[in-house]
Parts: sequence; C-alpha cells; structure tokens
Amino acid sequence: MSATKGLPADAAIGGLAAPAATPAWQRVLLVLLGLGAAIAPLFVLESFQLFQLTMAVIMALAVLGLNIVTGYNGQISLGHGAFFAVGAYCTAILMSHWDWSFWATLPVSAVVCTALGWGVGFPALRLGGLYLALTTFSLAVAVPQILKHKAIEDWTGGVQGLFLVKPDAPAGIPLTADQWMYVVTVIVAGVCFFLVWNLIRSRIGRALMATRDHPTAAEAMGMDIADLKTKAFAVSALITGIAGSLSAVAIEFVAPDSFTFGVSITLFVGMVVGGVASILGSLFGGLFVLFVPNIAEAISKAAPGVIYGVILIAFLFLLPDGFAGLLRRIAARLRGRG
Amino acid sequence: MALLEVDDIVIRFGGVTAVAGVSFEVAEHQICGLIGPNGAGKTTTFNCISGIYRPNSGRVLFQGRDITGEPRHRMTGLGIGRTFQNLALFRSMTVRDNVLAGAHASGRSGFIASALNLPLVRREAQEAEARARELLALLNLERVAELPVAALPFGWQKRVEMARALISRPKLLLLDEPAGGLNHGEVDELAELLVDIRRNFDLSILLVEHHMSLVMRVSDKVAVLDFGKKIADGTPDEVRNDPEVIKAYLGAGDEHAQAA
Repeated sequence: MSATKGLPADAAIGGLAAPAATPAWQRVLLVLLGLGAAIAPLFVLESFQLFQLTMAVIMALAVLGLNIVTGYNGQISLGHGAFFAVGAYCTAILMSHWDWSFWATLPVSAVVCTALGWGVGFPALRLGGLYLALTTFSLAVAVPQILKHKAIEDWTGGVQGLFLVKPDAPAGIPLTADQWMYVVTVIVAGVCFFLVWNLIRSRIGRALMATRDHPTAAEAMGMDIADLKTKAFAVSALITGIAGSLSAVAIEFVAPDSFTFGVSITLFVGMVVGGVASILGSLFGGLFVLFVPNIAEAISKAAPGVIYGVILIAFLFLLPDGFAGLLRRIAARLRGRG
Repeated sequence: MALLEVDDIVIRFGGVTAVAGVSFEVAEHQICGLIGPNGAGKTTTFNCISGIYRPNSGRVLFQGRDITGEPRHRMTGLGIGRTFQNLALFRSMTVRDNVLAGAHASGRSGFIASALNLPLVRREAQEAEARARELLALLNLERVAELPVAALPFGWQKRVEMARALISRPKLLLLDEPAGGLNHGEVDELAELLVDIRRNFDLSILLVEHHMSLVMRVSDKVAVLDFGKKIADGTPDEVRNDPEVIKAYLGAGDEHAQAA
C-alpha cells in the first residue's frame, strides 16, 4: 500500500541527502581521543594552568545545567548563578563546619539544588519568555544578599565567607592536591555529561524539545507540560549546583561576592557561544568563559571588558550556532567528501 | 455502542454560542466527515473532542467513558490521536524524532530511568523505533527520516504529522482539515491513504474538512453543522441531497451544491 508514490514534490527532495550514521569505529576513536584529551593536561600543565582548566570544566558543567532548561526546554533562565552559589555553599558549610568529606557533600548539594530548582520551576510555569528571564534574574540578584544575611551568618560566614581545604589524593595515588582536584572534577563532570547525554537522547529529552518547539502539539502527543517543565528546572539546577560544589573545593573559598548576578550572565554567554541545546557545546562554552577573559586581559590591561566584548561579538558573528554548529558543519563536510 | 458519542454539547465564547447542542456518533471502523460552512462550529466541536475547550454543557463519551474535561495530555493515552489544521510539527527536530515524539504516551520511563539508560528505557526505545520505521516506510518518509522536518515541502510535513499521530496506535484519529493546502494529486493520494489507514490500523476517523469531494469520497457518514447546530447526518448521498444542506451551503437550487 504505497499511497504516496510519485508525489510531485518528490523531485525537490531528491537533492537533499540524508546524513549517514557515524560508524562504530569512528565513535570508539572519538571516545579514546576524548579520554586522551582529558588525561593529557595532568602531565603537561603547571599547577596554576591545571587549576584554570579545572575551573573551565566546572563552568562547562554549570553551562550544561543551564542548557537543559534553556537550550533544550526553552525556558530562559538568567538566574542559574543562584543554583551555582547554593551548591557551593552546601559543600562549603558541610566541609568547614562539620568536616564532611567532599564526596559526602555532593548528594546533599544535589538534593538541595534539585528542590530549589523544582520550587523555581513552579512559578516559571505561569511566566513565559522575557518575564521568566526577569524573574530568574531577580533570584540571581537576591541570593548573594541572602547569603550575607545576619540570620544565617553563623553558617555562611557572612561577608567574610568560608574557607575550606581541597581533598588530598588518596594514599597510593602519586598526585598533588591540584592534580587530584582536576581528576575529581573530570570524573564528576564526566558522569554528569554522560547522564545528561542519555537523558537528552531518551523519550524525555525528545519531550523537552517538543515542549519547547510546539507546546500545543506536545500536549496532544501526551506530554504533561507542567510536569516536564518543573522537572527540567530541577535537573538543570541539580547539575549547575554540583558544578557549584566543585568550584567551592577547587577555589577552597566561598564568599557572597563571588556569586553576583555576573555568574548567571557568564553561564548564559557560555551557553550561547558553545551552542544552544548542545551537550558538547556546553564544554566549549565553559572553556570560552574561563579563558577568553584572560586572553582579553593579556591584550589590554586597561580595558579587558572592551576586548572581551569584541571577541564575543566576533564569535557570534563567525559562529552563529556556537561551537556546536561549527562542529556539525565540519562533520557534514567530512561525510560529504567520504 | 459507538466509539465516540458527542452528546448535546454547547460551547459559548462570551455572548456568542459557537456550538448550540450538537450530538453525533462515530462507530468503530467508521470514517465520519464533519462539514459545514465557515463559522458553523466544526473546529470548535473538534477542539472540544480533543480537550482544548471544555463544553459549557453536554458530554463527550469515548468507548462509553465520559472524557469531558480530561486534561489534553491524557487524550493520546486514551486512544485519541490528532493532526492539526495548520502544521504543528516540532520544527527543530528530525522527521524520525517527530514521529518518535508521537510515541511519548506509550512509554513510561521517567527522568531518572532515562538518565541511567536502564533496560526498561532501552526496551521502550527499541519498540518505539521499530514502529517509527514501519510508519516512515508506510508514509514514504524513509529517505528523509534524518532531515530536519522544517526542510520538507508542505505535503510531506503533513504526512509526518500523520505518522506522528498513528504511532500511538489511536482507536480514533481526529483530522483537522488534512487536505488544506494540498494540490489535486495530493488530495487523491490522501483519500487513498485514509482508506488504507482505516483498514490497516483498525481505527475510526473523524474528519473535519472543507474539501467536499474528499469528504464525500471517503466518509461512511457525514454530519453537517450550520450556525452551531447539526442540520443533517447520514451517508454522503443522503446528505448531498438534503435540502437543508443545499440551502445552508449555497442557497436552494444552486448548481454548485449538486457538484459537491
């Protein structure tokens, strides 16, 4: 029963070649290359450079969190710095007041940030687009002030913040604390990236994107939009909160002034430059927001902000779909030739 | 027992009564056309069945069960699939992913299971992918399966919508002007396709359509609305010769009514 044979539009479609699937050996090769790229810095980089790279991976993880809710689900959040801060403070408070190990603080930070994200997700259901952006922005503005508040000063250390100490490498592993921190960060971020990768490729990931593209049709396909949106916010906050936890130990210090609304904007920039709704793009976004300001400062000490702005605009102009779009185009060209 | 019973529904928007007590039935395996001049209340009735509007009074029964006011996202799970009047595809997604999105209601795995890629998730995904392959083949969309849906011509996108609606194995398929925007050849193909679908998928179809010759050709039964009321209901031949219908469409004795 081919009821659609010989359609007039058939000829028009002929010119569009469908991309072929990546062969298995290429995928294995890519994974090996990725692992190599993750391990190599341990042997190549100096302590401070390694610390910077650690921070870049942490920012990438935070950008990944934002990408879930804003990139894949289409809910604009300008307040993810708040979840980053809350994650960082959960870890800092537990480690500095109660001597918890870093690993033990992660589940707590995850639960707190998930609950907070879920709580923010509810009002978000009633607010679309720009209104949601402003509401989340106010969250980002409010959180540093709440952290300074007298009522919780005993816990948070008020304006002074809290000091904590990086975990040492377990006995038998010949790595410095900085090297071990890098390894911990790569493991935690790697697990999170893997889980998010699974999530995005599943029926849930498809539903998140469907809800973003056409809510009415998504509902008609049986998708419970309210449920999906609040859970997307929760998962997103969870991932960004974990990144915050990592940042607290990597820097060994948290203070309210490290978590101004600028963090939220930085994450947003990372998402756009890396590639909206792209997992790999989040990684590039993290590298960009960490290293490009340094490059800008190296070019001009007087006006690094201007240089940063120019670089940013140049990137958006040259790579309108972010790094992820560039990679897609390169991959398409390679396939076309091969 | 009829598959779908629309029982005396009334829908008002402010002071305007769009639907004033419409009742009709769709039997199992039936293709039922719902026609009427512009503003007759067809689409409003349709939206009431698919859960977008809640009637001010009256009921909608599906398989004997009252589904009036059920949340919209429950409809697919109950066995009611639909397509949209103007395309409502997920534009950033590929053709295959659009079709797979239609299978959402038949999956159960949630956020945690999906992130962990548990065996349940893989089993569900394989099942959905197998059905998607069948439908892509049936609707001649295999070659374009990996393309972004927005890259396809209009007629092809309509078929993607059809595949997306069919993958949930509906017992009742609601089609909102499926022939809108199609050319002559495509309308003929559509008519064949509808008859094929009814036979192969064991379902009923409720068709809201302007395209008279299509409705008359494929429908077992036609219900005609005018000014929010049902004015006729019967086989295409009965309806075609009903004086009320002729009057409603073109005024008595107009030659075009006969052509319809």
